[in-house]
Amino acid sequence: MDESKLTREAKRDEPALLPPVDVIEDASGITLYADLPGVPKDKLDVQVEADTLTISGEMAVAMPQGMAATHAEVSLPRYRRTFTLSKELDPEKLSAELKNGVLKLRIEKAVHAQPRKVQIKVG
Amino acid sequence: MDFSLFPRDVFADLDRLQRQMQQAFEFSPSIRGFARGGFPALNVGGTPQSVEIYAYVPGVDPSSIEVNLERGVLTLSGERKSALEGLGAKDTVHIEERFAGKFRRVVTLSDDLDPDSVEARCKDGLLHISVKRKAAAQPRRVTIQ
Repeated sequence: MDESKLTREAKRDEPALLPPVDVIEDASGITLYADLPGVPKDKLDVQVEADTLTISGEMAVAMPQGMAATHAEVSLPRYRRTFTLSKELDPEKLSAELKNGVLKLRIEKAVHAQPRKVQIKVG
Repeated sequence: MDFSLFPRDVFADLDRLQRQMQQAFEFSPSIRGFARGGFPALNVGGTPQSVEIYAYVPGVDPSSIEVNLERGVLTLSGERKSALEGLGAKDTVHIEERFAGKFRRVVTLSDDLDPDSVEARCKDGLLHISVKRKAAAQPRRVTIQ
């Protein structure tokens, strides 16, 4: 087992927040939106391993020295969420865009899996 | 014992349990509350010189957020557009969890704040508001003569 895999597995065990998502499917693919406020581009990690999609991100929050928290609704500095992709989605055709703390992920369907209208013959 | 084929709504039960737990652990909230689960999520902290508010506002145009501070009461309001707008007739929504619509959160901060020295900065969907405390309210070392 190489080192990067080891750190990845260690990271998988760290407690993380579950970001809320919207998932929309259209004829040519799936679009996923995930709320990841506080995560800069370089701390975002989108991975596809076999049929598992993992989104993870670390927040980069600058806090003044000596600050004492009085109220915390966001209690962990990282997000993680895993999805199982179905076979017709092509992980090679994945694009990601991060803007204002929202990740927009687009996964196209493999060409053979795109819908075809079935002609119904009468007779 | 009720042997219903469809047991009671598990999620409603969990929700109620969660609220009971919060009641048990959070003592004496302010009358304006610090209600959890609203949008945007808030973290508040303080230093002897300032109060720091972190509002998690992903997907909201920073210039459209209205921040008001009046007599120690902070109000955040704005609107977040839904990602589901303008869907085609053949599009399917599989998961819909993200907040959409108008939001407004009001929090009571301490009353020793200086409304003239407020700084607000937004980056990666995280709005950081820093309010300085009034000079008179800051701790001072008393010299003993």
